[in-house]
Amino acid sequence: MSEMPPTPEPLVAIRGVSKVYERGRQRIEVLHHVDLDIPEGDFLALMGPSGSGKSTLLNMIAGLDLPTEGSLSVAGHRIDRMSSTELARWRAANVGFVFQFYNLLPALSAQKNVELPLLLTRLSAARRRRNAAIALDLVGLADRASHKPNELSGGQQQRVAIARAIVSDPTLLVCDEPTGDLDRHSAEEVLTLLQRLNREYGKTMIMVTHDPKAAEFARRVLHLDKGILVEQAEIGA
Amino acid sequence: MKYLPLLFAALMRKKTRTLLTLLSVAAAFALFGMLDAVRVAFNAPQSVIGIDRLITSSRLSLIQPLPYADLARIQSTPGVKAVTYASWFGGIYQDPKNFFPNFPVEPQSYLDMYPELVLPQAQRQAFLKMRTGAIVGRALADLHGWKVGDKIPLRPTIYPHRDGGEVWTFDLVGIFEAAQPELRGSEKQMLFHHTYFDEGREIGQGTVGWYIVRVEDASQADRIAQAIDRQFTNSAFETRTQSEREFQLSFAKQIGDIGLIVTAIMAAVFFTLVLLTGNTMAQSIRERIPELAVLKTLGFTNRAVLLLVMAEALVLLLLGGLIGLVLAALALPVIGEASSGQLDVAMRPESWLLGVGLMATIGILVGLPPALKAMRLGIVDALAGR
Repeated sequence: MSEMPPTPEPLVAIRGVSKVYERGRQRIEVLHHVDLDIPEGDFLALMGPSGSGKSTLLNMIAGLDLPTEGSLSVAGHRIDRMSSTELARWRAANVGFVFQFYNLLPALSAQKNVELPLLLTRLSAARRRRNAAIALDLVGLADRASHKPNELSGGQQQRVAIARAIVSDPTLLVCDEPTGDLDRHSAEEVLTLLQRLNREYGKTMIMVTHDPKAAEFARRVLHLDKGILVEQAEIGA
Repeated sequence: MKYLPLLFAALMRKKTRTLLTLLSVAAAFALFGMLDAVRVAFNAPQSVIGIDRLITSSRLSLIQPLPYADLARIQSTPGVKAVTYASWFGGIYQDPKNFFPNFPVEPQSYLDMYPELVLPQAQRQAFLKMRTGAIVGRALADLHGWKVGDKIPLRPTIYPHRDGGEVWTFDLVGIFEAAQPELRGSEKQMLFHHTYFDEGREIGQGTVGWYIVRVEDASQADRIAQAIDRQFTNSAFETRTQSEREFQLSFAKQIGDIGLIVTAIMAAVFFTLVLLTGNTMAQSIRERIPELAVLKTLGFTNRAVLLLVMAEALVLLLLGGLIGLVLAALALPVIGEASSGQLDVAMRPESWLLGVGLMATIGILVGLPPALKAMRLGIVDALAGR
């Protein structure tokens, strides 16, 4: 594993973040005063049992959810203070998403799915097509551009989802159980691809996973239990 | 424009459902186009200017006859060139379902008044001479297989024969044709001698149903119509003189307020359409909640998602609606011809405008509830399937 270059400011700075859900009269604290720094170029795996708060933490870092308490900065922007419209625009410009079940739009071809985030930019149609083609080429699916999701295997669909996540060159890539629905072979292909994006292209990645083997592809592994960070490990350190 | 593929992808997600919905919308708007054209045709303000044939009938009702004696007074009205008359007989040939219009007329002046009814000279002479003679249009003769020389019995519905017979019998002496294809509807009528009718009937002798007036100068028709009616003001038989087309339409209007009937039918059709399309849209959005959540995750704002869903409903309505209106525009000339040109039905600009307005209104009505639901979607819950 290569050494992380020291960074004066972390890309993601989480300070005293708590998250409480209220279901009727019940009050559930999912995260409890979490402090965390994620430097630029990191590949962080978040692990923990179900209900430990790892997906909630990931959603907050990605600007999909807001903390009940504490502060959350990404690249110097206090995203916990943004309105829903500001957050949407911020996500479009800064975050790429990879989901467990790929979440591609079934009626669109792979190419059109990858182009989706670019619809929110001012790029011309030709430029959008070209960028999507580059992203598909990067994930090894240039020859499947015209295929609909149901014409692709699970591993291929996840690679299309990764192409969609990186096509707008985001600051941050968040992956929620990206191999949870894949067989071992496809999972390794996807993880290798994510690792390559981190090492060769310097993409900062945060991945939630249950799978210790998947976590081995990351630079760092954090364990959460009942909403508290309990362990931090540098892979290969 | 760049969102169009996204829009069509959403519509094409369930092709059969979208196609069926489009067909429903198209059918509703085709019906709207045709009925609205009929409504406009009935409600359009009519002017007698430029029309040289006027009809003078009773002011009270179309079924109220006028005295024969009025003929001379109408003839003497300044600007009147010629006058003839006719009545409604309402005879039935064999079976009520064989209904066709049959009128007793004054043969010579009536045929002069309607040169568009083309009759061979020999047959015309025969008609003028034979008191029991009748002429029919080509379409009617073909329908019943009649030929010159046949005897045509008609069972009266209003005027029994004074000799107590149950039928009036006519000798077919001629078959006329319409001079222009658009007047072919006039070939579905039968004409016979008013004298024979008047002498044979038990009631109403000395009266006619209406007078047909040709004016010397069509541009003066309004003034002449008023002059005719003024002569009979405060008499026992007040008249109403109008253009021939107005008279024909008023015949049809006897079945009721066409505008109200059309509006009621369309209200029912569109109410059903709103329920149907609204349900389809709601179902479509319910099925696509995870996809909409993905769009929001990728950075589509709440407003963008709202507009996308609204646009989907509007495209569905506009596409289906325009198909329907085009179908109506194609069907209306056929309907117009079938009415023998009596109904001037065509898709007018106001019908197109009203149609597009309705499409937009229904689109907003059916699109807004699911669009608001999509806009308020919580990303985390929607992605988690909650």
